[in-house]
Amino acid sequence: MFDFLGHYDVLGAFWTTVQLTLLSAVGSLVWGTLLAAMRVGPVPLMRGFATAYVNIVRNIPLTVIILFSSLGLNQTLGISLGAKGFDAINFRLAVLGLIVYTSAFVCEAIRAGINTVPVGQAEAARAIGLSFSQVLGLVVLPQAFRATVGPLTNVLIALTKNTTVAAAINVAEAALLMKKMIENEAQLMSISAVIAFGFVCLTLPTGLILGWVGKKVAVKR
Amino acid sequence: MQLRKVTAASAAVLALSLAATACGGDKKDDNGSSGGKKIAIGIKFDQPGLGQKTPQGYAGFDVDVATYVAKKLGYGPDQIEWKESKSADRETMLQRGDVQFIAATYSITPEREQKVDFAGPYLLAHQDVLLRADETAIKAPKDLNGKKLCSVSGSTSAQNLKAKLNLKTDLVTYPTYSACLSGLQSGAIDALTTDDSILAGYAAQAQFKGKFKLGNFKMTNENYGIGVKKGSDLKAKINTALESMVSDGSWAAAVKKNFGPADYKNEPAPKIGDVKS
Repeated sequence: MFDFLGHYDVLGAFWTTVQLTLLSAVGSLVWGTLLAAMRVGPVPLMRGFATAYVNIVRNIPLTVIILFSSLGLNQTLGISLGAKGFDAINFRLAVLGLIVYTSAFVCEAIRAGINTVPVGQAEAARAIGLSFSQVLGLVVLPQAFRATVGPLTNVLIALTKNTTVAAAINVAEAALLMKKMIENEAQLMSISAVIAFGFVCLTLPTGLILGWVGKKVAVKR
Repeated sequence: MQLRKVTAASAAVLALSLAATACGGDKKDDNGSSGGKKIAIGIKFDQPGLGQKTPQGYAGFDVDVATYVAKKLGYGPDQIEWKESKSADRETMLQRGDVQFIAATYSITPEREQKVDFAGPYLLAHQDVLLRADETAIKAPKDLNGKKLCSVSGSTSAQNLKAKLNLKTDLVTYPTYSACLSGLQSGAIDALTTDDSILAGYAAQAQFKGKFKLGNFKMTNENYGIGVKKGSDLKAKINTALESMVSDGSWAAAVKKNFGPADYKNEPAPKIGDVKS
């Protein structure tokens, strides 16, 4: 029943999925944190920008973002992100699209984490003369992050599964391999089972390990 | 008061949904009384020239073949229920009995023959490329090396380039062929590759007339068959119908009607059971 697996590079495809996930996770953590900082910051223009960004981006379907990054940015505007060949270009564009999309959710998770830090802490920090970036970087964010491990794990698991959308622009990850196998083998059920199992292998440990980390680092109040 | 409003609202919703289901029931009764028996046929809904759903109804070569076969099986055009059979769903739809047969650019392959039976083939297509009308650099398949090609994600044509044809192309794929066409028009892509019958269907569309040309490279053989449930007695009946479609000239007329404007040099009608590898 599963003898078709020998003809395909299943592990290679999942490795691409892992690469997509990790690169996008790091990127969206950085950009999402910056967005969260803007949303709670004192400058109205930045607050407005971050609010608009989050509300627009999280309401656009990911498929549209990914397809736009290839059809719009690459095919129409000729942006190639310094890569040569469609395989490399589309991989980078997929990472870009996933970062743009996921950072909106990261931002909201971190903002929720910031709200768990008692307001007195920020006031006390300001009272001893710390600047906004110091208040945020030294006092508020370290505590906020410890509270957001759980929600960020959810975002990471969703991101892992969202990488399948990159198949739409020919990034050779697990979902594209699934399409190829279904096209060639006519064995819908067993192929889907293999791919689903692969994703569970990726996301289940992520959830368990980060759940444990979250408990460990949580600020007991 | 608040409670009463809520109750009234939910009663209204309930009544509406009941009415809706009642409508659904009526419709079914209508179907039953008008035609007697019905036949469900799977086709593609999104491939111009082969199987396309248009505001005026269904059109394309697959549709014409299926209509002819259905007529020979004793079903008039108004007794056909068209169903969309996407590539990945085709085997499942036949096995479950959702459709009696499928004519949807369904290439006969050994892997698929293990799951379903094929009548036909009724068309011999080849993997080919669609080029801009003013393209002069690509004259043979080997000229495709290093060129930018576009196809549909995961499709056989996309996989063949590297695995079967040994071409080193720069390949991009999108969920639909139409997404490739804009890139081909703007020059971001050099060629669109898939079966020549599908390409001819696109090139024959009114808005693309004169903009694209077929390469006529005949890179692989794709034998389009009509899929039926494994062990079904329909296979023999459909084969007879296909033979008479070729002999009475309807086959040639359907080819001319659907692919004519695209300067598509079709193969002669394949013999039943003659699957070219």
